[in-house]
Amino acid sequence: MRWPGAQVFAAVAGVLSPAAGAAAELGDAEAGKLVFEKCKGCHQVGEGAESRIGPHLNGVFGRKAAGLEGFNYSKSLERAGNSGLEWHADTLSAYVENPRSFASGTRMSFPGLKDPQDRANVIAYLRKFSDNPRDIPEADPTAKGTDHSVDPGILAIQGDPEYGAYLSSECTTCHQIEGGDEGIPSIVFWPDEDFIIAMHAYKEKQRPHPVMQMIAGRLSNEEIAALAAYFKNPE
Amino acid sequence: MTLNRRTFLGTAGAVAAGLSAPAVLAQGKPRVVVVGGGAGGATAARYIAKDSKGEIDVTLIEPSRTYYTCFFSNLYLGGFQELSGIAHSYGTLAAGYGINVIHDWATGVDPDARTVSLAGGGFLPYDKLILSPGIDFVDGAVEGWDVSAQNKMPHAYKAGSQTELLKAQIMAMPEGGTFAMVAPPNPYRCPPGPYERVSMVAHVLKARNPAAKIIVADPKPKFSKMALFQEGWANHYEGMVDWIGEDFGGGNVSVDPDAMTVTIDGEETKVDVCNVIPAMKAGRIAEMAGVTDGNWAPVNAADMSSKANPDIYVLGDASQQGDMPKSGFSANSQAKVCANAVRGALTGSKVFPAKFSNTCWSLIGTNDGVKVGATYEATPEKIAKVDGFISQTGEDADLRKATYEESIGWYAGITSDMFG
Ligand SMILES: Cc1cc2nc3c(=O)[nH]c(=O)nc-3n(C[C@H](O)[C@H](O)[C@H](O)COP(=O)(O)OP(=O)(O)OC[C@H]3O[C@@H](n4cnc5c(N)ncnc54)[C@H](O)[C@@H]3O)c2cc1C
Repeated sequence: MRWPGAQVFAAVAGVLSPAAGAAAELGDAEAGKLVFEKCKGCHQVGEGAESRIGPHLNGVFGRKAAGLEGFNYSKSLERAGNSGLEWHADTLSAYVENPRSFASGTRMSFPGLKDPQDRANVIAYLRKFSDNPRDIPEADPTAKGTDHSVDPGILAIQGDPEYGAYLSSECTTCHQIEGGDEGIPSIVFWPDEDFIIAMHAYKEKQRPHPVMQMIAGRLSNEEIAALAAYFKNPE
Repeated sequence: MTLNRRTFLGTAGAVAAGLSAPAVLAQGKPRVVVVGGGAGGATAARYIAKDSKGEIDVTLIEPSRTYYTCFFSNLYLGGFQELSGIAHSYGTLAAGYGINVIHDWATGVDPDARTVSLAGGGFLPYDKLILSPGIDFVDGAVEGWDVSAQNKMPHAYKAGSQTELLKAQIMAMPEGGTFAMVAPPNPYRCPPGPYERVSMVAHVLKARNPAAKIIVADPKPKFSKMALFQEGWANHYEGMVDWIGEDFGGGNVSVDPDAMTVTIDGEETKVDVCNVIPAMKAGRIAEMAGVTDGNWAPVNAADMSSKANPDIYVLGDASQQGDMPKSGFSANSQAKVCANAVRGALTGSKVFPAKFSNTCWSLIGTNDGVKVGATYEATPEKIAKVDGFISQTGEDADLRKATYEESIGWYAGITSDMFG
């Protein structure tokens, strides 16, 4: 018998694929300034910006998640940062779309920007406050990257909770069914849509974490829906 | 989630009566007997009891009242865990899930009558028998050592008093003394286990006995997570660990437990502690049940049923299944596939396709955790690897710390998945 570690795989923590999706049009920074009004209650950006309820957003491009010295981040975001999450156009877009489904325990209590154009615009605006933005749409840190939203057809799949209960046994080796979250996050009582979006983000390797990318990578759309249906309200 | 929902009161109390009159206890319900309350057996018993909601009569035979996990037992040696932190009881399985927990040894299996006999007398009939007895050691595997020498040269490869003894010996080492390990040949339980142990021993010695030395005699040319361990040993414990692999005679070893000497490739060394981890085989009861072929018990990948007997299933370390390493994670994963299949066979519940996975975390030094893992599927021949990953050398300290913290979360997860 051979130990699986003998083979080295490329799914290293920290390797995100910013170019995973088609590079969309860069947003409109002017319009983004207006969108940023929604963020201003917590975040400052620009000259003299300071961290308040949320961290300041100067230089956010290329920064490791939870990477600002001295700011008290949630465990969840710290964990994501430590496993290799960096802020780029694609990851920012995914996060801003639905913060909680992207980083389960984030303190950013914001429902999310559902309109992709709003997201593109606000990200274009933020980019102006990061060092040396290069105006090459495909290149990091300006790449627009993947759209994190999941195909509505996938979200509409009715999961079979009985199958989900069986599949969930693979999850509960690490994630406690009672919901403890020491070292490993809790996955019970999630709204099913958040669950599905999160699992697809692992499947597409947008969320960093080698174990989760591997587990989600071989789950079919139906299986992810079944798990979401089960974990929404586990028996 | 409360346990009350799953409580079937009264069943546990019927255990004593069940022993003398098992057929009456069963009252026509299908009967599953599980031998061994470890990573495989406890999980299988719990899942069958939980998911069959009282339709199946589940009996778990396990001699110990307290199960000490081998996983994290190295962390106890390194001072990162208390012994009480790796101890688990069967109380919830009995009271919360209605499992008949019998603290005894299974001493034989009669596959024709479909009964298991117990050391304490009596026998238990079964419709399906699940064996998850872990490992025993191959006689004569290390010249000069047999199980009667385990109090002088402990194996500490079944956790509990052996682990405690090894720790006491490490603590009592004279200044500048020598710790020797005789590492096992493949296949054995927990491929990174011996090397995580070396790391933990080095961690303790570096703090209290920095002139001490560690020698590892290894019959293998290479080992699990080798690059990661060697990098870690160089970073944290420079010059302390001398690993002698197959190429340098590491497989040519004899020991003398009375003289406390180890002879490696003809060279005798006096040592202060000698941790002998001999070659392994399936726990003896598997052989008694007639399901072994050589040292291990071949199984069908789809449901973990024995290739020799369709009513007997073998889980975990004792099984010969294909590509999965012998780990607690693997045993737990196999148990859930098996539980689903056994329940389907006995009650007609839906049987879903087998999915297996494994991840093994190891601790190299303070906040320096690494991991390796893979997913697997059932093929007609074996459990076959699908995909995998391993930590990389040179990872930054934050990632290593996160990996260690994750292992603590995993430990809490798997032990509650086993014991409720
Ligand atoms: C030092 C060390 C570190 C490890 N670290 C990890 C790790 O980090 N992660 C990981 O996943 N795995 C780890 N493992 C491996 C893991 O402990 C085993 O692979 C796992 O316990 C196997 O489960 P099992 O059910 O096959 O056997 P066990 O868990 O050993 O359970 C077998 C049980 O059967 C009982 N039994 C045996 N014979 C009989 C009988 N005749 N009648 C009744 N009962 C019987 C025994 O008392 C025992 O309780 C480690 C192992 C060691 C030694």
